[in-house]
Amino acid sequence: MSERRPLLEARGIVKRFGHVVALDGADFELYHDEIVAVIGDNGAGKSTLIKSLSGALQPDRGEIRLDGKPVRFRSPGDARSAGIETVYQDLALAPSLDIASNIFLGREARRRGPLGRALRMLAKRMMRREAALHLQELKIGVQSMSQPVENLSGGQRQGVAVARAAKWAQRVAIMDEPTAALGVKETRQVLDLILRVRDRGLPVILISHDMPHVFELADRIQIMRLGKRVAVVTPQSHTMPEAVAIMTGATRGELEQALVKEGRPAKLPVEEGA
Amino acid sequence: MNATDTSAQPLWERSAVQQIRRVLAAPAVGPLLALLLTMAFFSLKSDRFLQGPNLSLVLQQVMVVGVLAIGQTLVILTAGIDLSVGTVMAFGQIVMTKLAIDSGYSPTTAILLGILACVAFGLFNGGLVAIVRLPAFIVTLGTLNIAFALTHIYSNDLTYPPGESGASSLPSALLFFGRTFTIGHTDITYGVVFMFVLFALAWFALTQTAWGRHVYATGDDPEAARLTGIKTARVLISVYVVAGLMYGLAAWLLISRTELGDPNAGQTTENLDAITAVVLGGTSLFGGRGTVIGTLIGAIIVGVFRNGLTLIGVEVIYQYLVTGILVILAVSVDQLTHRRRL
Repeated sequence: MSERRPLLEARGIVKRFGHVVALDGADFELYHDEIVAVIGDNGAGKSTLIKSLSGALQPDRGEIRLDGKPVRFRSPGDARSAGIETVYQDLALAPSLDIASNIFLGREARRRGPLGRALRMLAKRMMRREAALHLQELKIGVQSMSQPVENLSGGQRQGVAVARAAKWAQRVAIMDEPTAALGVKETRQVLDLILRVRDRGLPVILISHDMPHVFELADRIQIMRLGKRVAVVTPQSHTMPEAVAIMTGATRGELEQALVKEGRPAKLPVEEGA
Repeated sequence: MNATDTSAQPLWERSAVQQIRRVLAAPAVGPLLALLLTMAFFSLKSDRFLQGPNLSLVLQQVMVVGVLAIGQTLVILTAGIDLSVGTVMAFGQIVMTKLAIDSGYSPTTAILLGILACVAFGLFNGGLVAIVRLPAFIVTLGTLNIAFALTHIYSNDLTYPPGESGASSLPSALLFFGRTFTIGHTDITYGVVFMFVLFALAWFALTQTAWGRHVYATGDDPEAARLTGIKTARVLISVYVVAGLMYGLAAWLLISRTELGDPNAGQTTENLDAITAVVLGGTSLFGGRGTVIGTLIGAIIVGVFRNGLTLIGVEVIYQYLVTGILVILAVSVDQLTHRRRL
């Protein structure tokens, strides 16, 4: 089991903004078929880490490997073409365009034949049909595919954003605070949706402040503090208060002790037992 | 039983009201109603208004502003604004006429170079907005003055052809769009037909192609568009370049209509009217919302106002007053609906 190769991993990522060190040699890995949650206090570096993985930021140092091969993402587009899709906290939807247009935004399908080739005409009906089918598979209920996204509720909008990521992600879906702005019922729907996405075989990286959600969804939980990974726990190995204690620095995470000793941990197993 | 009856009634009524509201909210329906009302008003005030020749005249007056307004629509859809519309067109117009008369270029070359000059201005505007990230308002305010100055320097303040000799000395290619064909008893210029063709092309590009989607998305929320993988800088530049192309074509139309190249053209009337047309057509100054069909209707509204006011004997200066008020009214509607949306 220790031989299992991570699908996506990061080693010793450093990112500075002026004098501020946002990431100070952070590590990360994601295996197939799992949801990994990244938690940490504000300024712990989780957003910076996730942006490095999604191509929105370029780390100053460190290595990112996809399927064991080193990769370098210069833009969100690079990460996307490597099969990594991100649902951003601010959604990144175009409010005045309809659902199907949003799901296909930047990846529009053209018509077959001369209309598509010479006139670059869009295959609107096909895109609408495919988008509707996809939403149905993910059990996202919307009345009509042709309504602009701005007319949807927050939960439905988040559903569309997650659906878009799930549709195009070949390898990894990253979800940055996907339930931050939602009501109780809508949050439930989005959480279920994330589980469905994982069960369809797409590994998910989840960034969230909400401990109960993290403990419900995640297979493993990576805890960040002061720009470093200080522990990797599971909902079985640790309780919520224990995880929070590591997050705030009240307790030392196991990896933190290793870091103190040698500067870098050699191997990064899940911590066993509490 | 009684309860179900009473509850069914308001529900039905509400959905009817909602349906009417939805029809009214559909793009271009509001502007169309405004156009019909304006036309009804002027046809009551003047018998000549609804006659074929007069309507054809309205369209001839509309064609230059209409084509400018296509470019302006594209720019405003990206949440920008182009104040250089009129003076850039004036520059293109002088390049075309001066090259054709003075420099001995073939008319086709002269026209192409004139259009190219306008496209270059578009590229300049677009580059500064997209890459240097300057506000479109300031960039195009600068371009307005640059184009104005270049027009006067290059033309030596002369109209082309110089003197009062009239139109005959301009090569016929430059006047092509002033030629007419007859339907019934009404002469229609090729320029008017060309304007409709350009509107159809713009409609197609905006609604049926990926480029159109990207224009809307970029205007709607540029950061979101960028994160979706749209190359927003490229989209913005392409918008300003296409707008420049429209101004070049509008320059050709203007020459066909006035039969001369006038360095003083395009300073206020065309500039203001093109923006008015876009805003009256329901395109939001906040970007991401609007249609070229609406702009076409908006341009016709402006034309109908100018024509109608002339017909009923209102002095030209009052037409400026009216168009000024119209813009402010239309922008207020935009602002109010935008606020409600938020």
